[in-house]
Amino acid sequence: MALIDLANPTRFLALTARTLPWLAAATALAFAFGLYLAWFTAPDDYQQGATVKIMFVHVPNAWLAMGVWTVMSIASIGTLVWRHPLADVAAKAAAPLGAAFTFLALFTGSLWGRPMWGTYWVWDARLTSVLVLFLMYLGIIALWRTVEDPSRAGRAAAILTLVGAINLPIIKFSVDWWNTLHQPASVIRVGGPAIHPAILMPLLVMALAFALLFVTLHLAAMRNEILRRRVRAIGLMQAHAAQGA
Amino acid sequence: MDLGPHASFIIASYAMAALVVVCLIAWVLTDYDAQRRQLSDLEARGPTRRSAGVSKP
Repeated sequence: MALIDLANPTRFLALTARTLPWLAAATALAFAFGLYLAWFTAPDDYQQGATVKIMFVHVPNAWLAMGVWTVMSIASIGTLVWRHPLADVAAKAAAPLGAAFTFLALFTGSLWGRPMWGTYWVWDARLTSVLVLFLMYLGIIALWRTVEDPSRAGRAAAILTLVGAINLPIIKFSVDWWNTLHQPASVIRVGGPAIHPAILMPLLVMALAFALLFVTLHLAAMRNEILRRRVRAIGLMQAHAAQGA
Repeated sequence: MDLGPHASFIIASYAMAALVVVCLIAWVLTDYDAQRRQLSDLEARGPTRRSAGVSKP
């Protein structure tokens, strides 16, 4: 199947039906392995102690918080430039998932911060820019719910998403541009990761598990959105037919 | 397993993550059921395509 065939929602539904069970199984396996590594093989950190286990949840969700917005931004370009029939479906389906991952990044970061920094929250550039990202996700979800026509909502949400993408480099480089309590990057950095492999490995496996979870749920949510639009189209058509009769 | 003096923070983090993941899965599954049900109701009620029922000359 060529990539262009996926532009057809019916073919996309068929592909989703075939791949979802495999993706769900891969996600479950990745989580099982990641949690085993995180809880039974990873050593305590010499400074953080066992609290380092929070990082195995916090960091993947923080990466996904930005990654999902990147996916939405690419989909928004597809909506505005190519009017790809699945682009705004993909963007809409991703927003609640991104909001959930961002919430988890903030929540687990806050729980890590209390014992390590002595506070649940500080208004430093990294934490504040991620909070802004969370609010932007909520704004996009609200926009989708406000405008009834999906194609009009899609274009408005696409513009807002691309404007909001300005926040992504701000989040990434906030720890370099400003003096923040949040530490600088320790995995994705020039010179390679600054983390011992015994802790890096569980972190990467958990990141893979959460990424697979996102792909699985995103495809399932896209399938639901395609069905929702069919329901809407058929409902409108039958209502017109009933009026004309 | 000794989680040290901050065990409650660690457990709360994983518990919230599990809760959110379960909620996301439940949302996707219930939404799928709802859309399938509505679609089959509409299909049972009448034509599902504009061309349906229009005879060609």
